[in-house]
This record gives sequence, structure tokens and C-alpha cells, in this order.
Amino acid sequence: MTDDNRTPNDQNGGDEPPAGVSEASWGAWHRRVLEGRAGLFALLTVVAISIGGLVEIIPMFTATDMGVGEDMPVTPYTPLEVAGRDLYVREGCYLCHSQMVRPMRAEVLRYGEWSRAWEYRYDRPFLLGSRRLGPDLHRIAGKYPDAWHYEHMEDPRSTSPGSIMPAYPWMLERTVDPRIVAKSLRALQRVGHPYVDVSEENVRGSMRAQGSGIVNSLAAAGIESEWDTEIVAMIAYLQRLGRDGKAVLSGASGQQQEQ
Amino acid sequence: MESSASAVMQGTSPVRTNYDDQIVKMFFTATVVWGIVGMLVGVIIALQLAWWPANLGLPWTSFGRLRPLHTNAVIFAFAGNVCFTGIYHSMQRLLKTRMWNDTLSKIHFWGWQGIIVAAAITLPLGLTQSKEYAELIWPIDIAIAVVWVVFAINFFGTIAIRKVSHLYVAIWFYMSFVITIAVLHIVNSLAIPATATLSYPIYGGLTDALVQWWYGHNAVGFFLTTPFLGLMYYYLPRAADRPVYSYRLSIIHFWALVFLYIWAGPHHLLYSALPEWAQTLGMVFSIMLLAPSWGGMLNGLLTLRGAWDRVRTDPVLKMMVVAVSFYGMSTFEGPMMSIRAVNGLAHYTNWVIGHVHSGALGWVGMISFAILYWLAPRLWGRELAHPKWVDAHFWLATIGIVIYTVAMWAAGLMEGLQWRALNDAGQLANPIFLDITARLEPFLWLRLLGGTMYLVGAIMMGINFWQTIRGSGKPSDTAPATAAA
Repeated sequence: MTDDNRTPNDQNGGDEPPAGVSEASWGAWHRRVLEGRAGLFALLTVVAISIGGLVEIIPMFTATDMGVGEDMPVTPYTPLEVAGRDLYVREGCYLCHSQMVRPMRAEVLRYGEWSRAWEYRYDRPFLLGSRRLGPDLHRIAGKYPDAWHYEHMEDPRSTSPGSIMPAYPWMLERTVDPRIVAKSLRALQRVGHPYVDVSEENVRGSMRAQGSGIVNSLAAAGIESEWDTEIVAMIAYLQRLGRDGKAVLSGASGQQQEQ
Repeated sequence: MESSASAVMQGTSPVRTNYDDQIVKMFFTATVVWGIVGMLVGVIIALQLAWWPANLGLPWTSFGRLRPLHTNAVIFAFAGNVCFTGIYHSMQRLLKTRMWNDTLSKIHFWGWQGIIVAAAITLPLGLTQSKEYAELIWPIDIAIAVVWVVFAINFFGTIAIRKVSHLYVAIWFYMSFVITIAVLHIVNSLAIPATATLSYPIYGGLTDALVQWWYGHNAVGFFLTTPFLGLMYYYLPRAADRPVYSYRLSIIHFWALVFLYIWAGPHHLLYSALPEWAQTLGMVFSIMLLAPSWGGMLNGLLTLRGAWDRVRTDPVLKMMVVAVSFYGMSTFEGPMMSIRAVNGLAHYTNWVIGHVHSGALGWVGMISFAILYWLAPRLWGRELAHPKWVDAHFWLATIGIVIYTVAMWAAGLMEGLQWRALNDAGQLANPIFLDITARLEPFLWLRLLGGTMYLVGAIMMGINFWQTIRGSGKPSDTAPATAAA
């Protein structure tokens, strides 16, 4: 393999630039100043790739007019809703369902009020999604009864003929562990979510109280379930999605749709 | 095998360098294996979308868990390993020195494969952070950072002991890859752990979204673009036996590309509640990106001037031409899709999937196959076991890509238009979402066909390499000669 380390720039003999003579003279400054100095080259690369990110990201932390709406009445997710949200992440729901109603007439007609920045305040991680294989879910709260969600997750085609969604029967059997939810709440507390009492007993009590309400509504539809099953946590989260926003924006929606 | 090679320099005595080609072969093998696995998972999830029973009713085989496995496998396992294959092979030759530290090379290799195995186990279990292409849980994120730093130390160590004074353009692009991926990965992965497998990002809401798409778009930019442009700048001139068309153009488009790319992330959040100025910046810089992207495409294609007769007969060159052409097409399509009005139609539809795959299958995949076919005879010193299969692979892949992207364009336009269509009364013309879903089905089967053709080509390549390496190929004496002047 006699030619094996003949680099493309060997064409002109040794280390000459791989281009014509006239161009080499134009690029001489680049060659002289940068190409022999790897450290300087790397440093300039760091500068070049940093500017855009700094300009776009830093204002998100410092500016006050970001539309985050500190005074808007959005509440943190309850322990059961946090558990449901983590299940939504685990099953990759966000890969097919967006949580972002765009300010367009057709979207507002189909899904409801368009999504505001402050509604996402307690979304960690964000779940805006990048694909709509199924419909947007940002205004799903209250759209269907709890039993609909139960049946839909068990067999999507029982409620939605022609759906291509997978079934999630295991969520009917598996349970969520309040001890892990308490750990989640402690982590969220550390990044600023205003939870007061994240002790295990309190978290369990809160989950049981909210879950029992869903169990009762399911029972009224003839479905038997337990407060600590995954499906109950999932329903709690879905019935919460976009609820705070809806409450605030319902009065304004008439004017909003006029554009 | 460690090849010792001599430099052909006019008027100077040959310099003998003992290159580490063992590490190149290891990354090469990993590339082929993971490439087939990643594409196979892609075909499976394409089937699931056309025919839902393929979800099998099991947690670890459902679409929501396999889709991240597909994206991670093809990006980090296939594209990642092919970058490392080409970088370890070409940088030693461009810098005329062995890698600085063989142990670090091996730690990099085994560490990276370990991360891939960890991803293949955790993602089907539903252990994920949900951020696209950054799904892996926090302990794996730490491992990625450590392995990347090991790679970076070895990379810059090798540059420090180089035997040539000036850095060739390929090295610039490799350098931007090593630096930028470290920055993107670390900043986007900052999170507070709750348990060993669960964590929450330090950023909330739209800030999290902005940081993620700053990462996500630049994963495309600096994982799937700049290292591959670097590879193009080494392997295309080598395969064509022509010098790079324009040194001046390479300077301009390198600096413009690395500066402009990083701004483009917010085009993933157009029409969201992200501040309008940030959305507009993302859009404007995305449109400007067309110029340096096409600078790279033109520099690649024009390097072939005077060698076009060989493009007809040499499958490696054919693959490179198709790859660079798809790079040009997808970097034209991308800026167009970043225009707000166009994005309003394209966002959330199959069009985006078509766009991604014209870049991924057309550009990244094809240039990778070309490099692997060019390297195999040189690394193992044997002719390919089935030279004619390379041509068959080329046509399977090319036709497969066309079927795939055309099906996705049609499906994307259709759903985008039908989602927004209003009747004369100003109400939704298609109020039932699932009606539109049903109309997409033929296109989903077509996409599956295109993807399957692409996979079959990759499997043929794998068998070809397997039989070449196992020794059914003739000893190579012609292969290196084809590259000689």
C-alpha cells in the first residue's frame, strides 16, 4: 500500500493546499495564521459555535418579558399527575402526540385555545412533541370521561375506530410506587417547583385521595380499578392537561379567534 | 493489521509511519453491525405505523419505546461509529502520525459500544428522558461525557504530535465535531436525578424546549453534517484521485457553517409560544445556512471535474455523488421548511420525516457506504468478495430513498393540507382526525417498501464484508492501485 498515506493535499507535493495557485495565495492568511496553530483554531471554533446559543438562550433566564407570566394561575402537577406524566414519558406518548396548539384558525377549531408560554411553567421535561401521528393533547382535559381514557388505553380501537395507536393493557395491571413519586417531587422541588410537604406519607395520601376519585368515576361506568394503578395516574395527568390554561383563557377565546 | 506505509513526496525521502489500523477495523465492524440493527428497527417501526398489530401488545416492543431506539441506533451507533472509523483512519494519514495513545483509542471504542448496548437495553424498558436524540438516562449521559473527553484528549493529542505543520480541511471539520458535541451534550443533559434511572431537567417549559432544539438541530449539524463533510474532504478526493476543487471555498463555507448552524434550533419551535424574536432568528439563520451548505456540496461535486467518466463505472464514486447531491437537496429543503409559512404546513407531518431521511439515508448513509467500500480492501488487503453486489446495493439504496421520500412528501402535504382545510362555512373540512390518518395508509406501506430496500442493501453490504474479511476475497493488489495517480 505504497500510496496509503498520500493525502489529498499530496497532489501538489507534500503539504501544499489542494487547490490552484491563485486560490492558495488568497487563502494564504488563513494558512499562515490558523492552520498551523491547532489551539487557536480550536479556540476560534469555540467562539464561532457559542455566539448563537448564548444570544438565544441567555435571555430565557434573564429577560422579564418572556411571556412566562409569573402572575398567571398555573399550579404544579399533583403527585398522581407527576406519576402519570412520567408514564407518558416512559411510553413515548410525546412521539405521536404534540402538546402545542398553534395560533391558527384550524388548530383552534380542532383543539381549542392556542398554547401560551406560561402554561408550560412546570413542564419538566417539556413535551411539545415534534410529530402528530395522533391529535394534539394540550387541551385534552375534560374532553372525555375517565372511563373513555381507560377503555382507550386498553384498546384504542374500542373508542376510536381506525386508530393506529398501540394498546397499553399493562397499565391496567401495574402499579405506581408512591416512594418513587416522593423522590420525583423532591427533585422537582430542588429546581423550584413549590411543593410544601414531599414526605412519603403525604405523597401517598395525596395520590390515594386523587386516585380514589378517579376509581369512583370509573366504578360508575362499571370499571373496577385501584387508586395506585398506572392507568389511574395516566388518567389523572390527561385530565389535567391544559386545564389551568383553559380556565383562564375561556373568557378570552371569543376575541382570540377573531384574530 | 498495522499497515506501514510510505509517503510519496517528490524530492523527499519516504517517511515511514506505523499507523494504528486495528482501531479502524474495530470501528468499521461496529459500524456495519449497528447500522443493520438500527435500520432493521426503523423498518419494524415503519411496519407498526402501517399495521398496528406489529406493536405486539408488549411494553418493550411498542412504537413509543422502539422509535428512540431506532433514532439513537442510526445516529450514535451507525453514524457515530462510521465517523470514528473515518476519523481514526484519515487523521493518522493527514497528520502523518500514529494516534497519540492506543489505550485511549481502545477506551473510546469499548466505552462507545458499551453506551450503545446500555441504550439498547434501557430504551425498550422505557427508561428515557424524552428529549429527542438525548433520551438516554443520566448515568449513561455521564458515561457519554467521559468517553467523549477521552476521545477529545486523544484527538488533540494526535494533533499535537503531528508530523505536518498545517491542518488539512478535513481536520477542521473533525475538530468542530469534537468540540461542539461536547458542549451540546453537557449543556442539554443538565438534570437533577430523582432515582438511578429518573431525572428532571434543570430547565423548565419553553426554556427546556429551546435548549433541547438548540441541541437537537445541532446534533444534525455537528454529528451528521460537519464530521461527514470532513470525511468527504478526505475520501472523495482520494476516491476520485482529484484535488479538492477550491481551497478558498472550503475556508469560507467552514467558518460560515459552524457560525450559522448553532442559531437554527428555534425553527423547530415556530408558531410555539417561544418569543417571536427567537423564532425569527432561528428562521433567518436557517435560510442563511443554505449558502455554506451548498458551498460544501459544490466543493464536493466540482472536485469530480475531470473524473466524471469514472463516476459511470465506479460504484464508490456513484455513491459519493448521490450522497453529496442528497446533501444539497436536503440542505435546500431544510431552509425552505424553516420559513414560517411553509413550516405552518410542514410541521408535525410526515414531510419532516421525509426531509430527515433524505438527509439521513441519502447523505449520511450513502457517503458512509462509499467510505466503507473504499476502505475495506485497503484495511484487509483483499478484494471485495462480491464486487458486483456494490452496484446492486447502490441501486437498491438509491431507489429505496426515492420511494421513501416521495411517499413521505405526499403523505405530509396531504395531512398538512387536510388538517387545516376549512369549508365554506369556516368550519373544519375534516373534523375527524382519524379520517385523515386512514388516508395516509398507502403511503406508509410505500415508505416501508423504500426502507426495506435500503435495509436489504445494507445487509448485502454486511455479507459482502463478512465474506471479504473471512478470506473468500482475492488478495488485493489492484485495489490500492486504483487510487494511485
